[in-house]
Amino acid sequence: MSLKILPKRGLSDWVSRLITEYRVVGPKLMKDQYIFGDIHSADDLALDYSTTILPPKKILLPQRETLIQFDTASSSQPIEPFIETQATIILGVHTCDMHAISLLDQIFLEGFPDQHYLARRKNITLVSIECLRSCSEHSFCKSMGTLSVPETFDLHLTDLGNSYALETGSKKGSALLWSMSAVRDPTNGDYRQLQKVMSEKWQSFNYRLVFDITELPSLLALSYDNTLWDEIGDRCLGCGACTIVCPTCYCFNVIDEVDFSLHRGARSRVWDSCQLDRFATVAGGHNFRVNRSDRQRHRFFRKGKYQMEAYGLVGCVGCGRCAQSCLVHISPVEVFNELYRRQSPITSLEQEVTT
Amino acid sequence: MSPLLQEILETSSIYKPTMMLVLDVRQVTQLEKLFTIEMPNGLSLGHKPGQFVEVSVLGIGEAPISISSSPSRSNGKFELCVRRAGSVTSALHSLNPGDSVGIRGPFGRGFPIDRFRGKDILFAPGGLGLAPLRSLINEVLDDRGNFGRVTILYGARNPSELLFTDELVEWETRTDVELHVTVDHPDNDWTGNVGVITTLFPKIRVHARNTIAITCGPPAMYRFVLVELLGKGLLEGNIWLSLERRMKCGVGKCGHCQMNHIYTCQDGPAFSYAEIKHVEEAL
Repeated sequence: MSLKILPKRGLSDWVSRLITEYRVVGPKLMKDQYIFGDIHSADDLALDYSTTILPPKKILLPQRETLIQFDTASSSQPIEPFIETQATIILGVHTCDMHAISLLDQIFLEGFPDQHYLARRKNITLVSIECLRSCSEHSFCKSMGTLSVPETFDLHLTDLGNSYALETGSKKGSALLWSMSAVRDPTNGDYRQLQKVMSEKWQSFNYRLVFDITELPSLLALSYDNTLWDEIGDRCLGCGACTIVCPTCYCFNVIDEVDFSLHRGARSRVWDSCQLDRFATVAGGHNFRVNRSDRQRHRFFRKGKYQMEAYGLVGCVGCGRCAQSCLVHISPVEVFNELYRRQSPITSLEQEVTT
Repeated sequence: MSPLLQEILETSSIYKPTMMLVLDVRQVTQLEKLFTIEMPNGLSLGHKPGQFVEVSVLGIGEAPISISSSPSRSNGKFELCVRRAGSVTSALHSLNPGDSVGIRGPFGRGFPIDRFRGKDILFAPGGLGLAPLRSLINEVLDDRGNFGRVTILYGARNPSELLFTDELVEWETRTDVELHVTVDHPDNDWTGNVGVITTLFPKIRVHARNTIAITCGPPAMYRFVLVELLGKGLLEGNIWLSLERRMKCGVGKCGHCQMNHIYTCQDGPAFSYAEIKHVEEAL
């Protein structure tokens, strides 16, 4: 790894150059909230954003994506796979979302490799940014171990005040350095500033889980029949917002549509949610997860246990978006902590935690 | 990996069906039709009993359907017994010989037939559950010498819903197969057993430690059949079930078929009772 320094005054020029070669996506302001959206001018980019409504999964796994196109009137080759590849740079990805992308990468690579996801992913360059302060009252990344960037990044930025420290993680990342006219080697002062920023940042974040993340899978295993699931189920509206905004939720439905010719059409996948009532219903009508409490439990078990066991990566990255979007205030950190309180005979443990 | 699956992996999309010809369509009951599908030249399905395929009617959608024919009788074609239940299966029912359907698969884990050899085999399908088990039954019967006693207990709601009645007659007349059929609601012509499938169990004797039981049917049936099988002393690892779930993608991604941590389309749909006993959402 070699460190480079980009003075902030050189950012605008760099982004302008990127836009000419790539589709550039990054955090930008929409009314009073941030979104990941197309960056058409360097002024759009808000690298100092808090959190976004939707995570960058909307680029990696679009809400609606064509899988195949067909023409039933064609006798020779009626079906063609549709694989989209557009060289894209996602700028300013927070570390929690980077961890989520690492998980998505594994899920779509393992078993049957999903060529649609992988082709798009191959053409995406990830420019992550170090989080230096808590982004929302709901986030708990420090507790989930996602406050440091995973190795998935191509280029990683750290805000040093007047400049960004740049760490390259791949060839795709180092290729981006060529388009920076103002980039320079670091001075001793830069190293000192980086060290200062990195050591001070941890105090800006609180541990919010009252137990250690490594205990989460076994806590859930003990909590399958906890009455808390019924209490949450009673509150839950079954709207699915929590899964839509979740950076590690990827479940999808598949739908066919035909145009007015009635023989040309496409099969697409669209985001689906295990929180919607018909998600586990089979053709005969039997619903295998009929209660909202069952569906919420399934969601929390995926986040805290199943993904960890299947992929060795945490299924909840602590971004807090689900809590932010939930109209009835179902918050993962509160759910996990409440389960811990109900399971643990020693409730005084909570007091040891910095809050 | 089967040759067809290999082809799907190499055609640049795991979601791309291969178009195949419908050779024959036979009305089996009022709700079910049996489709014979011809593989394109040079391809073989290479399935195991208990596996399923994703069947496409382009423009309508895709549905997971268990393969009803045995590998032993495949020979470039295979059979699907389809109940008209939703939009895709209704569209399938409107197809005629000469039409084509899209196929992906075979997917999932079938029954480990190699481990069944030398054992007595007890089949206990209920209703449409005979459709997937027929693949295994015929595979066993076509290799009859390598298995012990073969017993089939089959229950349906009424006589008009019995599937594969030709084969039931054939199995009835074979001396090396013990077949018992029952219906919940008999009609005037019915002279056989009346009652749910569990009423057949007192009629049979099993060598508990040397018997493999395979059951498939509606979710409500499993609990009662499991009580009977365990009551006869069968080992939990020797009781096999085929579970129905909404396998939308078939390749372990879409999430619809998940029961707890298990993707039914990958680890199943065939499971031993020992494997799913502690999977709370399985039954």
